[in-house]
Amino acid sequence: MTLIATESLTKTYGGRVTALADLTVAVEPGIIGLVGANGAGKSTLIKILLGLLAPTSGRVRVLGLDPTTDPAAVRARVGYMPEHDALPPDLSAAELVTHLARMSGLPRTVARERASEALRHVGLYEERYRPVGGYSTGMKQRVKLAQALVHDPDLLLLDEPTNGLDPAGRDAMLALVHRIGTEFGISVLVCSHLLGEVERICDTLVAIDGGRLLRADHIAAMTSATDVLAVEVSEGTDDLAARLAALDLPVRREGRLLLVPLADDGTYDLILGAVAELDLPLHRLDQRRHRVAELFATREPSNA
Amino acid sequence: MPEPTGVIHDIGYQRYTGPRLGRRHVFGALYLHGLRTAFGLGRTAKAKIFPWLVVGIVTVTAAALTAVRTQIGQVLLTYAQFADAMSWLVIFFVAVVAPELVSRDLRSGVLPLYFSRPLPRGDYALAKLAALVTALWLLLGGPQLVMFLGAAFTTKTGMRGVWNELLDLLPGLLYAGLWAVVFASVGLLVASLTGKRAFAAGGIVAVFLMTTPIVGTLSIMPSRTVNELAGLASPSTLVQGVGAWALRDWLLTGEQSAGVSVGRFGPVYAAAALLLVAGSIVLLLARYRKVATR
Repeated sequence: MTLIATESLTKTYGGRVTALADLTVAVEPGIIGLVGANGAGKSTLIKILLGLLAPTSGRVRVLGLDPTTDPAAVRARVGYMPEHDALPPDLSAAELVTHLARMSGLPRTVARERASEALRHVGLYEERYRPVGGYSTGMKQRVKLAQALVHDPDLLLLDEPTNGLDPAGRDAMLALVHRIGTEFGISVLVCSHLLGEVERICDTLVAIDGGRLLRADHIAAMTSATDVLAVEVSEGTDDLAARLAALDLPVRREGRLLLVPLADDGTYDLILGAVAELDLPLHRLDQRRHRVAELFATREPSNA
Repeated sequence: MPEPTGVIHDIGYQRYTGPRLGRRHVFGALYLHGLRTAFGLGRTAKAKIFPWLVVGIVTVTAAALTAVRTQIGQVLLTYAQFADAMSWLVIFFVAVVAPELVSRDLRSGVLPLYFSRPLPRGDYALAKLAALVTALWLLLGGPQLVMFLGAAFTTKTGMRGVWNELLDLLPGLLYAGLWAVVFASVGLLVASLTGKRAFAAGGIVAVFLMTTPIVGTLSIMPSRTVNELAGLASPSTLVQGVGAWALRDWLLTGEQSAGVSVGRFGPVYAAAALLLVAGSIVLLLARYRKVATR
């Protein structure tokens, strides 16, 4: 089943600001990373998926349902964690999450049980009876995640879940999101402007920029094709580059390094052979797992 | 010492397959939550002070009136007049409770958490309104009930006396309902415009009290028509005008003449009250269609 599918989705505010432009993408269940700079249209897309905003044109389906015509059915099966502060400071986490569980239609006792379960899963125990106003940013983010999880949705929409967290807090939050996506059996769309963060946990990556789709693919497909070998020699870098180019290897200079795309094991032999023939002092030869960020960095200018 | 037998298992995440209640239940849950919030129940002690202070004052007043009545055998205030007499307290109660119900949610940004759930936006606003109406009606109706019980237990004419008393009470409760609906819909609309509770409270007091001098000015104009229509300018006198027209026998007793004389414009007052309530609700719903969409 397709988790989320959009077709020529466009959203303009007041006919001037274009938040989404002709976005067509389809993703399968799993952990989906939605990346893009601030203002790329990530939050707008999430709000359209929830049926909170109506698209200017185009079609959208979430869990096989249309949020523009049947928002209640979509929202019943989706949990949403907003980006901004959304917690009343004078309520305790337990009270707030219980109340919001009831707002999702859970009966009173079930709501209370599932609220403490959800808070336990995000790592809040005794502190859940204290007013939220005294919580740290990390704890507040966890409460926001718990309220999105409390009614057992099939899909979680997380808008910048690591916002404002320190590095340790980021890691903990990402681990939690990864656990929800793998162990809990709930699909997650996690949205971030930090590519390095989401690529660690997601199966599928959707990159948007200026409301347009840059690329959507499985993360494996994106990274495997981009593994490169980094070669460093103490001298004669230019000679080696020319030699490798002559061997039909697409060489790229990066400072003192030569980057060669890794096609198969034969690439190693070709490079080692070339170094040996030129009798150069080989300093280093290692495989570099290309970060997706570099993928976009090298792609964007060529596309533009 | 025996070996520990209990082992804690992390049973992991449990999917929920039980019932999910429909819109009516969710509305009911939000309504009850609002009603509890209005009286500070389930909230901090600080949130309970003001509502219960007002409840205390109106109840003590009702008890005192009942005591005086049983002692000197004279009705100082009828049930409906009691509602009029308490109008200031009602205004202050609205000024505290309405911001508590809606401004707080606007301020804390919790609305996206509501609106990302199946509950329609209009339901949120209407549940809050229903809660405030009920709270106000209880605020006025409760003391009226105290007065009724006092009168019923001390009546000298047996069951007939109780029955007559009940016939007096019912219009009083109806009139309390009118106060509740008008004040709740206007008060909640004002409170829904701002997330700052102090501003909301000030705005509500302003709307209800700043309009009284206008009524005062209009009611001493030389034209009798203007005098009789003057009450339309303020919510309090508007409600009193409707009461003076519809509940004349219960509101106007002997020597006391009502604060508002409506002449033949009674139906105008009723229509104006209806328009005010309907308009406030329409604006409230419009407000919640827009709020927190981005």
